[in-house]
Amino acid sequence: MAEAAGALHKTPLYDLHLELGGKMVPFAGYEMPVQFPPGVKKEHLHTRDRAGLFDVSHMGQLILRGDNAAAALEALVPVDIIGLPEGKQRYALFTNDQGGVLDDLMVTNQGDCLYLVVNAACKAQDIAHLEANLPGGIALERLDDRALVALQGPAAGEVMARLAPETAGMVFMDARRVTIDGADCFVSRSGYTGEDGFEISIPADRAEDLARQLLACEEVEPIGLGARDSLRLEAGLCLYGHDLDASTTPVEASLIWAISKERRADGVRPGGFPGADIVLEQVASKQVSRKRVGLLGQGRAPVREGAELFDAEGRAIGGVTSGTFGPSAEASIAMAYVSAEFAAPDTEVFAEVRGKRLPMRVCKMPFVPQRYHRG
Amino acid sequence: MSQIPSELKYASSHEWARLEEDGTVTVGITDHAQEALGDVVFVELPQEGDTLAAGDEAGVVESVKAASDIYAPVAGTVVAVNARLEDEPEVVNADPYNDGWFYKLQPEDAGELDKLLGASDYEQHCADED
Repeated sequence: MAEAAGALHKTPLYDLHLELGGKMVPFAGYEMPVQFPPGVKKEHLHTRDRAGLFDVSHMGQLILRGDNAAAALEALVPVDIIGLPEGKQRYALFTNDQGGVLDDLMVTNQGDCLYLVVNAACKAQDIAHLEANLPGGIALERLDDRALVALQGPAAGEVMARLAPETAGMVFMDARRVTIDGADCFVSRSGYTGEDGFEISIPADRAEDLARQLLACEEVEPIGLGARDSLRLEAGLCLYGHDLDASTTPVEASLIWAISKERRADGVRPGGFPGADIVLEQVASKQVSRKRVGLLGQGRAPVREGAELFDAEGRAIGGVTSGTFGPSAEASIAMAYVSAEFAAPDTEVFAEVRGKRLPMRVCKMPFVPQRYHRG
Repeated sequence: MSQIPSELKYASSHEWARLEEDGTVTVGITDHAQEALGDVVFVELPQEGDTLAAGDEAGVVESVKAASDIYAPVAGTVVAVNARLEDEPEVVNADPYNDGWFYKLQPEDAGELDKLLGASDYEQHCADED
């Protein structure tokens, strides 16, 4: 490990994780629970069946404030921020001049400001990027004094309504400021599992109280990073640094849906974000040399990140960026980049695992149905 | 605390070996190993007829978290494999010393079993590794 143990950050829920038997590992500069005593598979299945509580306080929480903050952020993302209604959240991507993805993030219009959640590993770089590119008059605030927890699963709505009745009317991607037990919380109906659920930003000194209240509900169990990863992979959601990086454009990453129509060549505010010429040309032509796809193993062997992919004639055609045995999919599942001619659903490819070529089939994602609460 | 049956022999790489009455040696992974791996989702077994030297790779066990090689504790020829693990790998977690066995060897020299660890030495080995 390059990082000395002493250099790792702890989240406000660190002591609670230890009390709950969490197995702590270094992740993006933080000591985080990779699993709790039930283990990754049971935690994963519990989240799909009832509700799981995740500590995601390692992620970066930021506020952009000032007149025209939305226009300022639009200069960095291919997403409609100006038209984002108050109380709504949207997925966005920071792009670079080559059209590559610097990070993916969630943006909420809180009315008087924009609230951003960015990846832990990209936090420092994102802040530097924003500071270097935001015009004068736009203030960037780091919410380092806030924790972030996610409550995910089919019982999440019922559990949240017990603690905060006003959340009952929220639908997928709604966001509100809600007072829970006197604590000023930012609640969004969203997450990273493919299930209904919420993310709750709360002052750090109130996070443990909230987590204990949620865990006191019989539906709720604590969930570690291991299950968070298998849940998001089944849901077809990218993990930055694995399925997305600075050398990959949104079109290659099969994230065209995240490029708002307002920002496309024929939109009301076309371009105007880093790498727009490259990205919008790819959107228009649909021509990219490689694409992110889902792969379903024909056997049970997990095919993990780094596995090389071949066609039936043995030609190298790409590689796996995330892979595991999906506990709910009950199959070996993976995300991969393949040459565009192999990206069509049902194309057979072969993954090299320990010298063997295992057959896999390109398949549409998500690997399990999304169950967002759309009202 | 993981179970370490006193009648078995153990490799430091966390396989157990049991000399059967018919002279074959049954091999699996220990309770300690399955606990450390977590939920087993896939097992790759050797083929019947494979000839293995002591310490040779004999297969792979994969959990949700990671892949781990399994090794032959003694030299011999594979005479049977536990095909049930192909469809129900979770048996390795549920019953590592019985239904979760991996394969059987016809040993070249059953005396090699004496070079493996006894239960108390294996327990110490696990404690030293933690």
